[in-house]
Amino acid sequence: MSMNLVVLLYLIASVCFIQALKGLSHPTTSRLGNLFGMVGMAIAALTTVGLIYKLAGQSATTGMLYVIGGVAVGGTLGAVMAKRVEMTKMPELVAFMHSMIGLAAVFIAVATVAEPWALGLVNRGQPIPIGNRIELFIGAFVGAITFSGSVIAFGKLSGKYKFRLFQGAPVQFKGQHMLNLVLAIAMFGFGIAFVVTQDWTPFWAMLAIAFVLGVLIIIPIGGADMPVVVSMLNSYSGWAAAGIGFSLNNSMLIIAGSLVGSSGAILSYIMCKAMNRSFFNVILGGFGQEGGAAAGTAEQRSVKSGSADDVAFMLSNADSVIIVPGYGLAVARAQHAVKEMAHKLQAKGIQVRYAIHPVAGRMPGHMNVLLAEAEVPYDQVVEMEDINSDFGQTDVVMVLGANDVVNPAALVKGTPIYGMPILDAYKARTIIVNKRSMAAGYAGLDNELFYMDKTMMVFGDAKKVVEDIVKAIE
Amino acid sequence: MELVDPTITNLIIFVLAIYVGFHVVWNVTPALHTPLMAVTNAISAIVIVGAMLAAALTETPLGKTMGVLAVALAAVNVFGGFLVTRRMLEMFKKKEPRKAAGDHA
Repeated sequence: MSMNLVVLLYLIASVCFIQALKGLSHPTTSRLGNLFGMVGMAIAALTTVGLIYKLAGQSATTGMLYVIGGVAVGGTLGAVMAKRVEMTKMPELVAFMHSMIGLAAVFIAVATVAEPWALGLVNRGQPIPIGNRIELFIGAFVGAITFSGSVIAFGKLSGKYKFRLFQGAPVQFKGQHMLNLVLAIAMFGFGIAFVVTQDWTPFWAMLAIAFVLGVLIIIPIGGADMPVVVSMLNSYSGWAAAGIGFSLNNSMLIIAGSLVGSSGAILSYIMCKAMNRSFFNVILGGFGQEGGAAAGTAEQRSVKSGSADDVAFMLSNADSVIIVPGYGLAVARAQHAVKEMAHKLQAKGIQVRYAIHPVAGRMPGHMNVLLAEAEVPYDQVVEMEDINSDFGQTDVVMVLGANDVVNPAALVKGTPIYGMPILDAYKARTIIVNKRSMAAGYAGLDNELFYMDKTMMVFGDAKKVVEDIVKAIE
Repeated sequence: MELVDPTITNLIIFVLAIYVGFHVVWNVTPALHTPLMAVTNAISAIVIVGAMLAAALTETPLGKTMGVLAVALAAVNVFGGFLVTRRMLEMFKKKEPRKAAGDHA
């Protein structure tokens, strides 16, 4: 196998990865796209096996045993997780996988510094070229930040750990940004020392600081900003892969890493725009810590509350219904019950659609996947821009476990969420809101929507309430 | 003629790949943003190529250990990423026939 052939095969694999992303432009082409991705990965892996045999000759088989061992363990774990994971837990899985890439990048960088000749960088015993040292440093620190940041994000997303850093509420202290800045400078200092000397000590020091920095960057960010954080770490994991590609002079790694990096960056941008916040505002954090205080004042105002039977009656008499799902629906795992309810209403000739806000849920597109899992046809699921003008002509809007994304306070100058695009649920003739309690959303704001005359609140677990409604519709 | 430094060639590939990524990803429908993240997880596991070389070709205990661990971690994403993406996309598929039926009903 000549080196030219290896690189050409890598090129084919890279094109397959581009096709994989391209396929996602529509649900019908997406499965073929995913197949392209798998084929690309298979070509890349098999070519690398060929390369290993070319470089190592006779001793390659022993080396391959190590590779096969690693693939068997990791692959089994990955396959089992992919099969078992609940769709509500997708954000955690994605955060977990980001951390895997980050750590893998760090390990590869360490192996490369230890034996650069094994990865074909130089001849045995020669020092690593300066350029590759810089790239190793970048790949390693981006990987380390991705790893520890993703671990924190994973903890915040799962929300079941007592550990303070793993809780949704932001962790902030005085001089935080100053500390981060000092650490970042120190990290670059050690990085430059490594580039100059190719010595282990600055390399380890640089890595240790990068791990700490990853933690510090994510802890001040609140739970509601998780869609941005997950997208951002997605981007980082891509840049880490590209950094490793640079250090190994491997164009396929650079291409694949850049694709992922730009994908994550675009998602972060879309999420920030959907919250009307700048990227830096999110990264500097601190949104949502006032949640507890605002919730206290909310209790005193009176709302109109109703039962599942009332809701069933209103829904049955409507001509058009829009359902607004939020994170509360995901937590209650109510998507199947909602689908059943919609089905009953559609059987009566009522138009039922779902309105999705870009930041509904804990990661981009989370609600769409949950509804797809419940077998809701995707043409009934409408994005915010396409459905907002229809709320005015809609009889009943049913808000399930969403809050800030329907808060008309976003239209009022001076409120913390002013300017954030919202679903215009308040324009509908009747509004039904299901929540567990009157607690405020992540933004810590009171929601005027709940106090409107045409709004009826139904308190309780989303799944229980919807199931009761389904029974009552009969 | 003076040879071009490989880093420069890499930089050219990098910049062009970002351009391609930018244009391709803007065309992804928002409904599929979660599968997009899962599949990009799998794609960034391409570092498995570097990990395989390290696992197979290094000789010192440090290099070997790092290489094998990196292979295992990246393999989690290769298999986990593509399979979970497929699982999600299957969910988006099931509706096709019913959607057609619903439109005519």
